[in-house]
Amino acid sequence: MSGHGVALRVIDCGKTFADGTRALAPVALEVGRGETAVLLGPSGCGKTTLLRIIAGLETPDPGGRVLFGDTDVTGVPIERRNVGMVFQSYALFPNMNVADNIGYGLKIRGVGEAERKTRVAALVALTGIEGLERRRVDQLSGGQRQRVALARAVVVQPSVLLLDEPLTALDAALRERLRGELNRLLRKLGITTIYVTHDQAEAMALGDRIVVMRKGEIAQIGTPRAVYFAPANKFVAEFVGAANLIEAACNGATLVLPGGTLPVANGAIHGQAIAMIRPEAIAIVPAESASLVGLVDSVSFLGDRQRVLISAAAAKVMTADVPNAIALAVGDRVGLAVEPAAIRLLPGDAT
Amino acid sequence: MRARAIFAAQLTFTLLVAAFLIVPAVQSMLAGVTANYFRGIRSGLTLQWVQQVWQLYADTILRSFVIALATLGVTLVVGVPAAYGLHLRGGRLSRVVEEIITLPLAIPGLAIALALLLTYGGLSSFRRSWLFIMVGHVVFTLPFMVRSVLAIFAATDVKTLDESAASLGASPLRRFRDVIVPNARPGILAGSLMVVTLSLGEFNLTWMLHTPLTKTLPVGLADSYASMRLEIASAYTLVFFVMIVPLLVAMQIFAGYRNDPAGRHQ
Ligand SMILES: Nc1ncnc2c1ncn2[C@@H]1O[C@H](COP(=O)(O)OP(=O)(O)OP(=O)(O)O)[C@@H](O)[C@H]1O
Ligand SMILES: [Mg+2]
Repeated sequence: MSGHGVALRVIDCGKTFADGTRALAPVALEVGRGETAVLLGPSGCGKTTLLRIIAGLETPDPGGRVLFGDTDVTGVPIERRNVGMVFQSYALFPNMNVADNIGYGLKIRGVGEAERKTRVAALVALTGIEGLERRRVDQLSGGQRQRVALARAVVVQPSVLLLDEPLTALDAALRERLRGELNRLLRKLGITTIYVTHDQAEAMALGDRIVVMRKGEIAQIGTPRAVYFAPANKFVAEFVGAANLIEAACNGATLVLPGGTLPVANGAIHGQAIAMIRPEAIAIVPAESASLVGLVDSVSFLGDRQRVLISAAAAKVMTADVPNAIALAVGDRVGLAVEPAAIRLLPGDAT
Repeated sequence: MRARAIFAAQLTFTLLVAAFLIVPAVQSMLAGVTANYFRGIRSGLTLQWVQQVWQLYADTILRSFVIALATLGVTLVVGVPAAYGLHLRGGRLSRVVEEIITLPLAIPGLAIALALLLTYGGLSSFRRSWLFIMVGHVVFTLPFMVRSVLAIFAATDVKTLDESAASLGASPLRRFRDVIVPNARPGILAGSLMVVTLSLGEFNLTWMLHTPLTKTLPVGLADSYASMRLEIASAYTLVFFVMIVPLLVAMQIFAGYRNDPAGRHQ
């Protein structure tokens, strides 16, 4: 069972609520058939609003349109859009047991009892909740509820699958495990998926493409790698992963810093620039052979790596994530090396 | 010291409840089976008063139950969907509507009755039927149904349940039947109990609205107090108790049964 999805297009969809709150500026988004797009952004940036517009639970401001494949569904109510939806609270029906919850969409579609049983059983197996079919939903753990909600949403073979922070209600360890499971399942099902989260690790792991949102606008759309390595602006750089944002003068080939220089490969300019360097892109080398030197301010051992804060190299303290075996002490004078390609110059505005 | 004060307060409360609630009720019911109330129990026990009540007032008792159940029917059919609509829509308009529905609680029953009489008293066949009284009871009891259903809607996040059923393809009517009503059941039951008891015991409104041929139980009771022996009025009370208690218990049991875990009765 794969490939039931359709391509999705959102055209100029803005949303101003009745109380005057402008939750979404007119945005455009295209998601390919079978692709998973993750809406990522801080709380209140309009992720849920955009998801609900796609679902048909909110109508966009005049002028906005939503297309499923070639069909304009803007005026179509949610019950006729053939979407699958997983809510943050899961919204399982307390008056039905697990199997009836999962089979509800099929029942609505008039699928016969026998076929319904088979399809529910298939989803029960796929999501790994065998043996719970007769349980009441209030007797399930958080992880089990999440699986039931997912099974219920995908059993109807929706054109578009919509998930609003489906893992947020779970504890960290479970979240990580379910994220892996979810990833495998989404690939296997091949449904066009919109996934909302404010957790960048989740976005990286699940998304074919990430839509970074900010204050009701789309800040950047790109693959996880593109968003991580080539953020469009300071906001994206800081929101997706940790980043050193260094204001420095650029002379066309190198950055000139208080502690030395760093060669730049991409898009070097003449004048003041903001350079983004990921902490793990910084290597510690002997001070004698380095073009840039600094002083170790603090070292935190994180197990798989250590996080070093370095002063005097740039105007601000820099953060470097380095292998855990290197011996470092506070006050050490160290050299810093960065691959020129790992330095990204950003436009100065859009703070 | 403190424990003794609490004990004293509890004792006082219990005694007050006994003195003003239980003793009078028992006294009244006993009076209904006493041969001669002024001579007390010594005069012997008898069912003759109960019999007389039945002969004189059987129709009022029956009518009261018909009106109560009809009122329940109307408040269910109108009140539950109204609560659903108000809850889903939200916003200021919904609150205004809710306030308007609740208004009859703050207005004396007599005033409501008067307004109904002024407006519809001219429609004489309507005026003379029990339906006229039922309309008054609906106006008076509807807020209890709507409020109690609204409370359960707010407590169970019924809006998200509704959206989730909608996402699975269910039409509004289907959602109402499959998801909203089953999950609002405790509120619907509480509202129903309230509506039935209020309707059965309603006097103010009914007294104004009734005709000699459309007396209800409480109106009949007032009538018997005014014009009959005390024993008959007391026997009337007894009949009232005997009928209403099993009814309320039956409704509770019925609701409890329907509320049982999904799967056990399927
Ligand atoms: N029904 C509504 N009426 C008025 N304002 C609303 C409504 N729903 C959302 N908003 C506002 O719109 C903005 C965007 O809300 P939205 O729920 O889309 O954010 P979000 O990105 O999903 O945030 P979170 O991560 O906290 O869920 C917020 O400022 C919110 O207060
Ligand atoms: Mg949200």
